Amino acid sequence: MPKVTYIEHNGTRHEVDVPIGLSVMRGAVDNGVPGIDADCGGECACATCHVYVDPAWLARTGAPGEMEKSMLSFAAVTQENSRLSCQIPMTAELDGLVVSMPEGQH
Amino acid sequence: MSAGVLIVGAGHAGGAMAAALRQSGYAGAITLVGAEPLPPYQRPPLSKAWLKGEAGPDDLLFRPPAFYSDKSIGLRLSTRVAAIDRTAAAVTLEDGQRLPYEHLVLATGSALRALNVPGVASTGVLELRTAADAERIKAALAPGRRLAVVGGGYVGLEVAASARSLGAQVVVIEREARLLARVASEPLSAYFARCHAGHGVEIILGASVTAFEERAGAVAGVRLADGRVIACDVAVVGIGALANDALAAAAGLECNDGIVVDERCRTSDPAIHAIGDCTRRPLPRYGRTMRLESVPNALEQAKQAAADICGRPAPKPEVPWFWSDQYDVRLQIVGLPFDVARQVVRGDANAGQFAVFHLDADNRLQAVEAVNAPGEFVAGRQWVGARQQVDPARLADTGLTVKQIIDPAAPGAAGKP
Repeated sequence: MPKVTYIEHNGTRHEVDVPIGLSVMRGAVDNGVPGIDADCGGECACATCHVYVDPAWLARTGAPGEMEKSMLSFAAVTQENSRLSCQIPMTAELDGLVVSMPEGQH
Repeated sequence: MSAGVLIVGAGHAGGAMAAALRQSGYAGAITLVGAEPLPPYQRPPLSKAWLKGEAGPDDLLFRPPAFYSDKSIGLRLSTRVAAIDRTAAAVTLEDGQRLPYEHLVLATGSALRALNVPGVASTGVLELRTAADAERIKAALAPGRRLAVVGGGYVGLEVAASARSLGAQVVVIEREARLLARVASEPLSAYFARCHAGHGVEIILGASVTAFEERAGAVAGVRLADGRVIACDVAVVGIGALANDALAAAAGLECNDGIVVDERCRTSDPAIHAIGDCTRRPLPRYGRTMRLESVPNALEQAKQAAADICGRPAPKPEVPWFWSDQYDVRLQIVGLPFDVARQVVRGDANAGQFAVFHLDADNRLQAVEAVNAPGEFVAGRQWVGARQQVDPARLADTGLTVKQIIDPAAPGAAGKP
């Protein structure tokens, strides 16, 4: 099963198996990884599953959609590699993906 | 060994509570007691993706079943609590078994307000609260079936939208003079009335239901106070919810249309917290207390209670927010329209993309209702929290980007947030 490494703001790393088809958000929530709140349950409604995608993986995760861009546009700590993890579906090509979390989601 | 934390209610709040305790490093025993047979699951999709068949049972689950054993969280499903014995620090289950606690967390949720009219027990008069309810509604809907929705609130309108996409004929019957009368502003009510009419839903406003007509025990129509009978094959009643605070009240905890809690979800008993729909909670941003029936509220209170039990600093207060999906319309609301002196509409309701901003007498932003306008919603969440003063004329000017409304130096991309 493909793996994703989640890095908390304090540097703690969590390597987790994420089934293909589940979102990167669900991978964190299902395994109790702190730092991804996902208040809305993955409907791109809340922007509380914000992650920074490791630059080496950006080409494979692709760019955010219009709705996601709007949701991200006001987060105080967004970067070029900001994504909402509910909008990144796991694929075989993303095996080894590394994402890190901002200081807070609210 | 300590009796640990006992959580009564395995809905969104209870499930989030158990997870938040483990995330906060709580190492004691955690037991989650739930009346339903399922581990904690998401209720919002029940009226939306799940009803339309776009999500399956596994998609509903808040966490996979293995999560609870992995995290040493005891699940007691299909189990109801009959009483709380505060002196002994234990609860009694309906089967007489007693479970001790060191900390008790009440996450008992809310129950649907009953419509007490003749015929309400007929086959085909349904309600939507649980996954089992949603299953019954889904099974009853099919192309050409006639659905009567009693109550033009969010649940009723979401069911109406999902039923239309399944090909059912839909009539919405609302007692008030407009849809969403208690929970949204007039421009939103008007927009959703047009939106549903445009999708072929018949809307009857200002109508009281006096009875359900039945034929051979099955619902055949909805009788209104003016004598009209709306023929239907199935009816869904969604006329609001009441806090499940009876268990707490019987134990002598302070209740007032909800279990009264403070900003850390403490009840009047220091060993008992309460979270989610069942509480009446402080709203620091508005200097009021209120019951909030929403997922974000359940999650915020779970974090507050977990921090308090673990002796951690309280999390930053959040501004309440809500969302609803109907057809291709995404409604997002942030804040509550208290002390509103003026409303400003930004964008064009006819174009299906607009936001209603609610300002107090000092032009401080109190709430935003955003229709297909996520930029306005996210900005509103910051501004409401910061008590930001906003110029009404700039708000209404769609030639400015959302950022330019309060920051003239922000980069422009005219017309677009």
